Amino acid sequence: MSDEVNIEVNGVPMKARKGQMVIQVTDANDVYVPRFCYHEKLPIAANCRMCLVEVEKAPKPMPACATPVAEGMKVFTKSPKAIAAQRAVMEFLLINHPLDCPICDQGGECELQDLAMGFGRDISRYSERKRVVKDKNLGPLVSTDMTRCIHCTRCVRFTQDVQGFQELGTVGRGEMTEIGTFIEKSVDHELSANIIDLCPVGALNNKPYRYRARAWEMTQHPLISPHDAVGTNIYAHVLRGRVMRIVPRANEDVNETWIADRDRFSYQGIYSEDRLLKPSIRENGVLQETDWETALQKVAEKLGRIAKQHGGGQIGAVASPNSTLEELFLLSRVARGLGSANLDHRLRRSDFRDEESDPLFPSLGVSIKELETANSVLVIGSNIRKEVPLLAHRIRKAALKGGKVSFINAKRYDYLFPVAGYLASNGIGSLDHLIAVAAAAINASGKTAPASIASLVGQAQPNDTHKAIAQQLSEGERRLILLGAIAQRDPAFADLRLVAGALAEVTGATLGYLPEGGNAVGAHIVGFLPGRSIGGGAMSSPGLNVADMFAAKLKAYIVFGAVEPKLDIAAENVSAALEGAEFVVALSPYSTAAQFADVVLPIGTFAETAGTYVNLEGRWQSVPGAASPVGESRPGWKVLRVLGNLLNLPGFEYTAADQVTADIRKALDESQTFTAKPVTRTLQAKAAGAPVVRDVPIYQVDAMVRRSSALQNTREGREERGVGA
Amino acid sequence: MSGTQDPGSNDGGKSAPELNEIDTGEVAHDAPHGRKSILSEHARHEIDHWLTKFPPDRKRSAVIAALRAVQHDIGGYLTKESMDAVAEYIGLPPIQVYEVATFYSMFETKPVGRHSISVCTNISCMLCGGEEMLSHVEKRLGIKVGESTPDGRFFLKREEECLAACNNAPMMMVDHVYFENLTPEKIDEILDRHK
Repeated sequence: MSDEVNIEVNGVPMKARKGQMVIQVTDANDVYVPRFCYHEKLPIAANCRMCLVEVEKAPKPMPACATPVAEGMKVFTKSPKAIAAQRAVMEFLLINHPLDCPICDQGGECELQDLAMGFGRDISRYSERKRVVKDKNLGPLVSTDMTRCIHCTRCVRFTQDVQGFQELGTVGRGEMTEIGTFIEKSVDHELSANIIDLCPVGALNNKPYRYRARAWEMTQHPLISPHDAVGTNIYAHVLRGRVMRIVPRANEDVNETWIADRDRFSYQGIYSEDRLLKPSIRENGVLQETDWETALQKVAEKLGRIAKQHGGGQIGAVASPNSTLEELFLLSRVARGLGSANLDHRLRRSDFRDEESDPLFPSLGVSIKELETANSVLVIGSNIRKEVPLLAHRIRKAALKGGKVSFINAKRYDYLFPVAGYLASNGIGSLDHLIAVAAAAINASGKTAPASIASLVGQAQPNDTHKAIAQQLSEGERRLILLGAIAQRDPAFADLRLVAGALAEVTGATLGYLPEGGNAVGAHIVGFLPGRSIGGGAMSSPGLNVADMFAAKLKAYIVFGAVEPKLDIAAENVSAALEGAEFVVALSPYSTAAQFADVVLPIGTFAETAGTYVNLEGRWQSVPGAASPVGESRPGWKVLRVLGNLLNLPGFEYTAADQVTADIRKALDESQTFTAKPVTRTLQAKAAGAPVVRDVPIYQVDAMVRRSSALQNTREGREERGVGA
Repeated sequence: MSGTQDPGSNDGGKSAPELNEIDTGEVAHDAPHGRKSILSEHARHEIDHWLTKFPPDRKRSAVIAALRAVQHDIGGYLTKESMDAVAEYIGLPPIQVYEVATFYSMFETKPVGRHSISVCTNISCMLCGGEEMLSHVEKRLGIKVGESTPDGRFFLKREEECLAACNNAPMMMVDHVYFENLTPEKIDEILDRHK
């Protein structure tokens, strides 16, 4: 094993890999070395010098973060020489650092404060004036107190190496050095607020959280961010039942130590002014507040009557794909208990041909971690940086490692990594590009074209980029074709998938999906679909999908979750159908539900309910609720449980969310093994007409994000709303 | 972000970036070739020359040379626009150019006179009369060190370090050109030459 190196730290022998830095070995062996600038996810800078350690035979103390291990190296992290060096560095850092911990938001969770306790002097030897640095305006997410900055450059390295486009830099020189943007400029990347967590001092902080709470007053609760299908692990920091801020919860397999800005600041939507506080019922055209019992009685009575008079088929239920697994499960049982199979959560999808050949759930095809080592990725119809920022980060890593990443999109989006091929199609559709790539792959491999697309590939004339992408998909071990949200919203999604499936078949690449919504996968699993029951079992008589449900103008609708029909449902005639319905019940956190519902039931947001989310890998993540529900709102699963009881449906005797989860697992165990129906359709002709592109901007993606003032005030948020600076 | 909609990308093949081209987002797309750069032909020529001296993935190394050329070109100091133009031309995020421009003392990022004068007052020059030379320049131009003449012609720069021409002290530097063995008469003559 030439790769292994033996070193000794404080007299204890340790094994290390060649090329590792001393600090990586000490970290792995639980030997603490103080540091500010070193961060395991960032390139090494060695500019804070806090990690100085003594190395035998070295004349000076060495920075542990930038000293590679060598055979027989003897390191002392706590020797008098090392401690003296660390104390000296600490003293230097404190010369200019203000003593404003009592008014600093970082106070109590500050790396500088902690290390000053361990290595600082109790009295400063300096009486000179401290340096003062003007604060920068980095936009609505990150507050700055630049006088506190110790120039570790973690934030600079983050923008350069993780974001991929350097937004912050070290401006000036020597004593005059400042971290900033030089010109007045906000940090705009969709992961930018991670610099708040990276900053070891109080220089960069959470702007909306500024002066709201102290770190030690709050309790920490694990949550899952519901805005995309990554299943990002977060912590809510809660003070007296109220979420004060969101911070990342490290999970190497999912989000590493990062979260998207959307995950961090959407919590403002919990406390939006238009939160529903009480149930209400429409009386003579006017909504009147009432108590839960009356409201739920009314719902049970109305739905029961409609089901009896007109049959359950006259009831349609749509749910936000950000709902918890338990909510979706219980709602499906309420609807089916009423005799309705009209269930759907695919609110922005419009092409439902081929839905019988949908997989059990739209999965990425590999684990998120494996995505990093992909040799080849073809992304079809996705503005991936904005749709799933943390997956874009993994794909970026794959691209930087030499993986080839290509795109077929309706227009050119910005990607901050090397792109092997980009097919942007203003004029000719993504489908044509995809067919051309498939044709190129078939030609190159010499295989016969799959029957489904045989008649079209003959006519295709692949150009060099098509050929290069086909080539890329045939090389390497881990190859992926990903259908993004824009593709899934496409009016010709079934065709896109048909060709993508054929391309995957020819090249041997894996076909994966980037499902829309935090729990779209969970919704598939519990069968919140018109044609499937739990575990993907086929329904004997399938119901109506979301588009048909509104086209059919049913007698009653159940709208679950923070769904705002105009913005969240792609189907036509939604408003007319809701208006014309005899009865509409909305279970929503927001008062916009009052615009279309006859009974409005306030339910909690993701932070106010226990629940399970299944991410696009199929990873189940259950979390307890974190915050007290606002007003009289209640967790969705509890409301559905009571509704089930009032409708006299069997099996609604739950007292805790995890009982529901256990029931779901039991039902899944009992369900038959799922096998997807093979696609039998053949594609004869392309759809006529210009391609329709349904992009949803990053900060418009769901009702909660739309209510986060911080996100709406970012450059991106303003541009999306057409508001100028 | 402008530049994301590329009307020329209908066929996908032609306008898609070359294989393995580094797609750095904003910079790459905001710099469509053919748009007139605010850099002069001379500056662009100079930058091209320096770019050949470094590997393609180390373009950042040419920033100092590029800024030097541009600063001389456009009248003694770097504007934000000129630094952005350099960033765009080389293909770097603008902040990386700002970093260099603010780090090195030979770059001015605030408006100053178009001819930069640095009179050395370090040890050798001081012994040979450098300080007298400096006060002569100050008297003649009517400004103090660190100031520019009101007509925008001269900038009397504060020089911190020895300029390494001790053998011919006293000396000064005008627009980064050395003038040695100075006398007040010689200074007058040199300054007269710089319009």
